[in-house]
Amino acid sequence: MKIIGLIVAVLTGALLIYGTVDFPGWADPASPASTHLSPHFIEKTMEETSVPNIVTAVLADYRSYDTMFETTVIFSGGVACFILLRIFRRKEPSDRLYRHVLTGATIRVKEGGKIPLDSDDFERIDTLWTPHDLIIKTVCRLLIPFIQLFGLYVIAHGHHSPGGGFQGGVILGASIMLLAISQDLRTAVQRMREKVDALLSPTGVFIYAGTGALCLLLGLNFMDYSALASVLYVDPVTARSHGILIVEIGVGIAVMATIIWIYNNLSSAGKYDEGL
Amino acid sequence: MIWQLDLAILTLVVIAGIGAITVKDLLGAAILFGAYSFMMCLLWSIMGAVDVSFTEATVGAGASTVFFVAAVFRTTRRTKD
Repeated sequence: MKIIGLIVAVLTGALLIYGTVDFPGWADPASPASTHLSPHFIEKTMEETSVPNIVTAVLADYRSYDTMFETTVIFSGGVACFILLRIFRRKEPSDRLYRHVLTGATIRVKEGGKIPLDSDDFERIDTLWTPHDLIIKTVCRLLIPFIQLFGLYVIAHGHHSPGGGFQGGVILGASIMLLAISQDLRTAVQRMREKVDALLSPTGVFIYAGTGALCLLLGLNFMDYSALASVLYVDPVTARSHGILIVEIGVGIAVMATIIWIYNNLSSAGKYDEGL
Repeated sequence: MIWQLDLAILTLVVIAGIGAITVKDLLGAAILFGAYSFMMCLLWSIMGAVDVSFTEATVGAGASTVFFVAAVFRTTRRTKD
């Protein structure tokens, strides 16, 4: 079986490499893409959309159907992880470990047992708990706000520099994942509840598709952001630039929530209790 | 494009790719995938595709490596084959 798999993989790879022979040379000015599409984007993007970063303009304006369904794919990935992994349990897990913060003593609470919850002396710990390193904890706590600020910058500055909704969304999600790794999963889930993830993820897709549908309602084609000019009180060219920003924010929200959602389901095996 | 740099990074991509499928320890394979993604990210930026490189760095080297590590943490570190 292994040999058959190897033969199939090698054959497919050889066919793919054979297929690349027909490709035009790298950065060949005579290739069809460079003679028909690229000159239009390079010459006209600035005057049509007033967006200096051509990649962002192509992704979110000229080829926005593509990006909209990419966002939908990411949302579907989050929903698939949720459906496959999530386990709903009403009760608390039978055995829980608590740690007395001042003395460091660990106590084990069996099923039905309770500890005085009103006191802050005890903190819940995971079964595989190891003492938190002070340096890691402090550095992560200091870094997370700056990471989030950078994520917002990447989303908002996607018109002028590399970046955009996808990258900024992943950076925002990664900041919450860093919180979950450096503290524990319950801390991260408290900051970003499961319901918030599950609501924000389709909201982002809805913002994207809704912007497109708004253009349709205002009398132009789906995703033709120049229709937003009458709503935003700007000229059509600036409206296209603003439309790109709106859909990028939608993509950012969807990607951020989905990344956190997938991570929570994966690392806690769907129980949202003890995790990485 | 400096061809020496290109060649060195391409070699590392191939080494990381082969290493990721041959290594027995799944956590090691996850880290090797992270290294692979990072090398691909460098390769994209050498080719001038900075947006793609940015995506590869955040999604490939960042988020998906964490997903792999989380999946290994919840399953097992050893492979059967």
